[in-house]
Amino acid sequence: MKKELLNVIELETTFFTDDGPVKAVDGVSFSLYEGEILGVVGESGCGKSVTSLSIMGLIPSPPGKITGGEIMYKEQDLTTFSQKAMRKIRGKDIAMIFQEPMTSLNPLFTIGNQLTEAISIHHKDWPKKQIRARAIEMMTLVGLPRAEELFKDYPHQLSGGMRQRVMIAMALVCDPNILIADEPTTALDVTIQAQILALMKDLNRRLNTAVMMITHDLGVVAETCERVVVMYGGKIVEEGLVDEIFKSPQHPYTQGLIQSIPDMRYKKQRLYAIPGNVPKPGSVVQGCRFAARCEFAFERCTIEEPELYVVSPQHKSRCFLSEEGMRNERAVIES
Amino acid sequence: MATEQTLTEVKTNEAGPWRDAWRSFKKSKISLIGAGIVLLFIILAILAPLIAPQGINEQNLTERLQPPSADHWFGTDDFGRDIFSRVLYGARISLWVGFFSVIGSIVVGSLLGILAGYYGRWVDTIISRIFDIMLAFPSILLAISIVAVLGPSLQNALIAIAIVNIPNFGRLIRSKVLSIKQEEYITSAKAIGMKDTRILFRHILPNSMAPVIVQGTLAIATAIIEAAALGFLGLGAQAPTPEWGKMLADARVYLVNAPWTMIFPGIAIMLTVLGFNLMGDGLLDALDPKMKN
Repeated sequence: MKKELLNVIELETTFFTDDGPVKAVDGVSFSLYEGEILGVVGESGCGKSVTSLSIMGLIPSPPGKITGGEIMYKEQDLTTFSQKAMRKIRGKDIAMIFQEPMTSLNPLFTIGNQLTEAISIHHKDWPKKQIRARAIEMMTLVGLPRAEELFKDYPHQLSGGMRQRVMIAMALVCDPNILIADEPTTALDVTIQAQILALMKDLNRRLNTAVMMITHDLGVVAETCERVVVMYGGKIVEEGLVDEIFKSPQHPYTQGLIQSIPDMRYKKQRLYAIPGNVPKPGSVVQGCRFAARCEFAFERCTIEEPELYVVSPQHKSRCFLSEEGMRNERAVIES
Repeated sequence: MATEQTLTEVKTNEAGPWRDAWRSFKKSKISLIGAGIVLLFIILAILAPLIAPQGINEQNLTERLQPPSADHWFGTDDFGRDIFSRVLYGARISLWVGFFSVIGSIVVGSLLGILAGYYGRWVDTIISRIFDIMLAFPSILLAISIVAVLGPSLQNALIAIAIVNIPNFGRLIRSKVLSIKQEEYITSAKAIGMKDTRILFRHILPNSMAPVIVQGTLAIATAIIEAAALGFLGLGAQAPTPEWGKMLADARVYLVNAPWTMIFPGIAIMLTVLGFNLMGDGLLDALDPKMKN
């Protein structure tokens, strides 16, 4: 078994809005192991980005606040860290890249300037030459051609794909153990997407950096991840190895997600869509959060909230149909 | 493998953000004319001692209120002083007041605006309410009250004008900071462990400077007018300082008999203000991201 790097236990993040507190993340627990790529999937508003910002300690406060749970890293609980202590963790231990490479770089400074700045934050004692060399080395590593030339360029002179490479270089420049990638390819076009995913997989293998890949795209998960966590309405609804989940998804939501991937083999088939919308965070109080949209929902679903049932050693699902003894019934309903 | 992939990604045109702004500024003839006028006045102000045919306080009572002639291009005033020389030196005073009052407003306004915008909550409430109160007064009235407290002098007029303009810059920076702190590059700066102060001064402040430069240029024009107004009211520069507003005030009596005593300082005020305004408009177009491409 691989070593556990990050252990999120019953994380709860609440936003205190004018309409009352809203739990964006509600009791989320998962682990990230050394060197693995973990996918976190869900529709917008399911709490996946809030989870990652919670880990980074970057929840905008107010209105947001971590109201419960622990984020264990190196035997320490990150939720108890001060901002000052968190700053030492950010970039050096846990780094993050974002969705929009077009706006993730400061338009007024050159690429080199921003990369060297990222290094100098955590390596104040490094001489300038060493910092520059490290920046160039990193740029070459992420596949940026003519690094020396690009060093003097401004962000607007680069394409989206190149900028995302710069962002990755910037995130990895201080050798973090964990890289959180929040929809890193969503804003890129498809060919560049594939390149960036390949790059991230390659870097994960070479540098042994654990990656938490946040995405709404199951295709990205299938291509890059070993394990996946499916989130819905601020909770984890299914968790397991990617192969297993694609082969036998247990939760109706995961099944819906997989069905809604376009399949090129059947030409005139209508694309499947899960009916309804994601519930507004905090709106469903009783029962399963997915019940209103679920085609298998029965009475119990609207009264009681299911727990995460263990399906197989590495596979859990938050659905009554996955409960021991309910499996047979499931087969009946599905047929 | 990675290097081969990037061949499909193409680099676009050269040059940094400031060079882009200059390129777009150059395109507008009107703004170039404005910049030209400003530059001309700056040169005249610097070279005033060399150009001026006569000392500013050299009186020649036999040549009182002479109309413009070859000897006195702009004529003479009631003490027989050469108006051309006085207008030249006046440029020094007006530009000095204009620049430094605006720099003062920008420095203080930026600081307050940044605090209000970045930290929000009660800091923002206090600072913004103070700005609101200051803006509730007509600016010249506020300036007069401040000078009344400090005592009438050119320096105090400068301080008064600077104070009056603080809320304009403060609000501008506050709103810029509010929008920029939402930008993803600020979040990603935080995500690599950057400190708040560094984010503020290295990332947020430089990115909010473009509208400040525009507003600053336009504010110099207003400051020059306000300084002249205070001088005219006897609250700014005191005799015998050749301040344009003060010169206008002294010339009031001779408006009918010797209009040149009033016309030339008046034209000087008008031209500098026009110059700064045209330049400011040009900068607005050049630095406004919405006008790009």
